[in-house]
Amino acid sequence: MTEPILQLRDVSLSFKGIKALNALSFEVERGEICALIGPNGAGKSSLLNIINGVYRADSGAVIFDGARFVRIRPGHAAHLGIGRTFQHNALFRHLSVLDNVLAGLIRHSRTSIIEHAFGLARDRRETREFTRQADETLAFLDLTRHRDTIAATLPYGVQKRVDLARALVGRPSLLLLDEPMAGMNQDEKHEMSRFILEANRALGTTIVLIEHDMSVVMGLSHHVVVLDYGRKVGDGAPESVRRDPDVIAAYLGTVH
Amino acid sequence: MSTIGSDTVEQFVAADTGGRSTTIWWRAGAVTALLALLAALPLVASDYWLNAVLIPFLIMSLTALGLNLLMGYAGQASLGTGGFMLVGTYATYNLLLRLPELPLPVSLLLGGIISGLVGVIAGLPSLRIKGFYLVASTLATQFLLEWLFNQYGWFSNYSTSSSISAPRLAILGRDLSSPAGRYLLTLATVAVVTAIAVRLVRSQTGRTWMAIRDMDTAAAVIGIPVASGKLKAFFVSSLVIGIAGALWGFAYLGTVDARSFNLDRSFQVMFAIIIGGMGSIVGNYLGAAFMILLPILLDHVGTRLLGGAIDAGQLENFQRAFFGALIIWFLIKEPRGLAALLSQAAARLAPLIERRSRHLRGGRA
Repeated sequence: MTEPILQLRDVSLSFKGIKALNALSFEVERGEICALIGPNGAGKSSLLNIINGVYRADSGAVIFDGARFVRIRPGHAAHLGIGRTFQHNALFRHLSVLDNVLAGLIRHSRTSIIEHAFGLARDRRETREFTRQADETLAFLDLTRHRDTIAATLPYGVQKRVDLARALVGRPSLLLLDEPMAGMNQDEKHEMSRFILEANRALGTTIVLIEHDMSVVMGLSHHVVVLDYGRKVGDGAPESVRRDPDVIAAYLGTVH
Repeated sequence: MSTIGSDTVEQFVAADTGGRSTTIWWRAGAVTALLALLAALPLVASDYWLNAVLIPFLIMSLTALGLNLLMGYAGQASLGTGGFMLVGTYATYNLLLRLPELPLPVSLLLGGIISGLVGVIAGLPSLRIKGFYLVASTLATQFLLEWLFNQYGWFSNYSTSSSISAPRLAILGRDLSSPAGRYLLTLATVAVVTAIAVRLVRSQTGRTWMAIRDMDTAAAVIGIPVASGKLKAFFVSSLVIGIAGALWGFAYLGTVDARSFNLDRSFQVMFAIIIGGMGSIVGNYLGAAFMILLPILLDHVGTRLLGGAIDAGQLENFQRAFFGALIIWFLIKEPRGLAALLSQAAARLAPLIERRSRHLRGGRA
């Protein structure tokens, strides 16, 4: 068996004395879709923020692709291949959909400001290549007809998909999705699930996502990790997690 | 929240609709025609028009463009504009004075680069703070630079009043000190800088700046170099403002001292881009026209209408109040500036024109 793409070892985090994460450990296999579930305040978003360097863990370690780090800067995480979408809308509101997606490629750029200012050959070539990649991703996520629309004017569900396109265009090896279906109706959730599955299958992207809707989680993920008050209360295949009495007590038994 | 500033800037920003490829040729033609027209103006315009109207308008447009790159595109508010104009003026002056063998365009560019480097230093706080706090730190830059050029005689070659006068302006031996010469020097500089700025804001650099402006945290997470993007914005902005300062000093005023570019000037430029439209290149010209041409117009109209009836000082106060009221009215009417008003008007007119031209084509067929 190959080495897991992501391992967390005894990761703890507290805010002003309140423990958000308590000695949390789990692994994500290469190529799987792993869902993080748990009640609000269970520490799911904090966990994603630690993995891509927005927060720093108080103790413990994150091992990504064999490299162990305690503190990583968000930009560096992106360069290593960790992509990310956001729970709340975080698009560049005044830019077109295409420009938002192109922004996801800036970290791969090899041209300088001088080349941009004078439109030199290398810049033109890079722009052509990046535009081609962005258009490909837009087509993949069925966003081509919104290509030139200003992001802020799009419906919420479409904006979420643009966020996914922006993260996906740079071909991350690990993609963190923070509630990609929050606020969507059933049809939109269904559509988004399909895109996430396709990204996973066609591009081989490993995905860690946070989601509240259990039917979506059960249909989408290969692996489920259940958090409650910063502790892990369940970890395994969706079916086995669903039957776990601890999980039922902590989460599934209650109405959310 | 610590995002006060970027939000305040963001409200006024016009959405970037980009260029449609079908209209690019049309636009290029229009720009060429406009440039030819402007270059031919000295043949008909009087010295008064060149000196008191066109030259200050063009230089104000250039200054506004410089600030707009930083504030409208990269979302970093600054009140240090006057300070960077000072650096550009004094640097260019010293280059012309101490290295007379350098051609004028090179001295202008080097003066701008020195101003750009000072801008990078002044921009360092932007890596930690934003919004009103950043405005306060750029305010400190403004005061510090004013003090510096007032305090140290070396910068003004130890002239008694610490003011400096325009050195001889010449390119390839051709004297440019006539109003027409100074106008053409200004026009050429503005045209070149604008062309580069248009390229830049549509390039990856521009995309980096706008991403930082719209949502800096998301920009960092997707791997956009936020810190270097901000510093590059400070560099390019201060470079352009520095060149504009040197032109203001030598092509317009003739004699400058540290007070020529005080905080009032910084505010004037900021108003120009807010009124013209932040995040818009055309907005700089509209805003500069508003700030420079409108007061002249008000002055003429006021003197014509009420010249005899009211005392001159009173009339000036009245004009200022009217000008202030106009600014407020415009901002309420369209917070995204004159550029947004213009594009709305164009959008409304376009179907009419199209219908009319289709009608004409139909008539002929």
